[in-house]
Amino acid sequence: MDQQEIFTRFSPDRTNLLAILHAIQDSHPQNYLTEESLKAVAGHLRVNLSWVYGVAGYYSMFSLEPRGRYIIRVCNSPVCSMMGSSGIIEELDSMLGIKAGETTPDGLFTVEEVECLGICDVAPAMMVNRKVYGNLTRKSLESLLDELRKEQNGQK
Amino acid sequence: MIREKRILLRYSGVIDPWSIDDYIDAGGYRALAMALAGTPGRIVEEVVASGLRGRGGAGFPTGTKKQAAAGKDDGTIRYVVCNADEGEPGTFKDRAIMESNPHLLIEGMIIAAYGIGADMGYIYIRGEYYDSISRLQHAIDQAHERGYLGNDILGSGFSFNTEIRPGAGSYLCGEELTLLESLEGKRGYPRIKPPFPAEKGLWDIPTLVNNVETLANLPGIIEHGSSWFRLSGTERTPGTKIFSVCGDVNRPGCYEADAGVILDDLINDLAGGTRDGKPWKAVLLGGAAGTFVPYSCRDLSLCYERLKEQCATLGSGAVIVAGSERKLILLMQSILRFFRHESCGKCVPCRIGTTIIHEQSLEIPGAGHEERLSFLEGMVDHARQMAKSSLCPLGQSPILPLETLQRHFTETIATE
Repeated sequence: MDQQEIFTRFSPDRTNLLAILHAIQDSHPQNYLTEESLKAVAGHLRVNLSWVYGVAGYYSMFSLEPRGRYIIRVCNSPVCSMMGSSGIIEELDSMLGIKAGETTPDGLFTVEEVECLGICDVAPAMMVNRKVYGNLTRKSLESLLDELRKEQNGQK
Repeated sequence: MIREKRILLRYSGVIDPWSIDDYIDAGGYRALAMALAGTPGRIVEEVVASGLRGRGGAGFPTGTKKQAAAGKDDGTIRYVVCNADEGEPGTFKDRAIMESNPHLLIEGMIIAAYGIGADMGYIYIRGEYYDSISRLQHAIDQAHERGYLGNDILGSGFSFNTEIRPGAGSYLCGEELTLLESLEGKRGYPRIKPPFPAEKGLWDIPTLVNNVETLANLPGIIEHGSSWFRLSGTERTPGTKIFSVCGDVNRPGCYEADAGVILDDLINDLAGGTRDGKPWKAVLLGGAAGTFVPYSCRDLSLCYERLKEQCATLGSGAVIVAGSERKLILLMQSILRFFRHESCGKCVPCRIGTTIIHEQSLEIPGAGHEERLSFLEGMVDHARQMAKSSLCPLGQSPILPLETLQRHFTETIATE
């Protein structure tokens, strides 16, 4: 969806603000909200830019900085932490060379540490964009990253 | 050996969540037709008589909430909001309902709306639950096509629409007043209460806010009656409850059982026992904003009244099992890190307090015996002050795990 389609789909009703920000962020190849897009959202909802900026900055799923094509959200809340999530963050660091909050130089992956994703039955767990991955091990991480790289190359 | 008692999850894994026909063939939307054949007041009466208590964590009587939201039948507009912002660590039971049987929630929501006279509803669902969102959206569209949603539902003259609104990663928005702020397109800061949502909710209009599992209980209560509902559970916690069991157990997952089930039966018979086969060390009941119980409390009955006697909580139904080898201070650290991260910063005691107690917890592993105890004492003191001086449940929560950790595990913390 481009911006105009998003504004057509979501009426200028303030209850739609988060949904609009999600849609705009998802439509950006770098998974973030640009200043121009925040201005456009403010115009659509007839609120000040500061309102939209304040909301975008508050919620942890939104980013005001460019991110990778794949957002790897590693759950680090009590259950996943107990089941070994810090090991997962370390593995990702050694495989991708980035720490939580950073993006690989090729712009492919961003690793984020997030709070409970509600998939504690398969802890330690994470999400890559919209998909859930659980019972993570070094091996499963390696093959997943390979798969994602292949998927990306296939699309080029 | 106990077994699951599946009422809410009866058709989970049995029917296709994408198919309204499957749901209807299984008896779905029959309760709605029965509800619409009677008066709205009758719905509220039946829910009051059922003794159903909110399944989101607080356990407030659902019928009382409905009575308050229904108010006088004066034709003013009202909203129903479903709280599907399941964010309590260790909790994934609402996701189980929404992914496996989304129509059950929608039917419950329409019944609730009819009961209080609302014509518009919102399902506020956490933004990370992509699968739940797509299944619910599909179910809403199907329900519209079949005339269960929209104008003049089943020819009754009653009209109701509901829409999904995604959250965006804030734990605090699971608190009902903060949820309403977020729904109004604002930052997730708590509101001062009272007024409660039943008086001033969304856009200051009377609003009923109910959890997913709570609403999913309504079709059964309406179809089979409140006395049928009371056949399950205990006198003061009627019905079944979905427990999400996780941590050091062989079969982590959602298990529906009579409210009042014995803690150790739930862990052994349903969740397959501990991974190392040894007695567990501790269970954190109710998630991060929950309470620690020791193995000596393994015969505890999981219902509001018995847990209250033991100063424990049922909360959302999270049962986080820490096995014999776990270091509880590490678990406590991650709980406190969680609160530090999720504090919205509006109330100073919570903003600063969550940071202080987390940092104190990090000092404990490197400290000596006496020092550890004084750190723990200090953390409990801080948490107590935060609980007194914070506006919303977040600042009031760290005291729950900390106080119970101190009560049951002081010696463990000093020596492990």
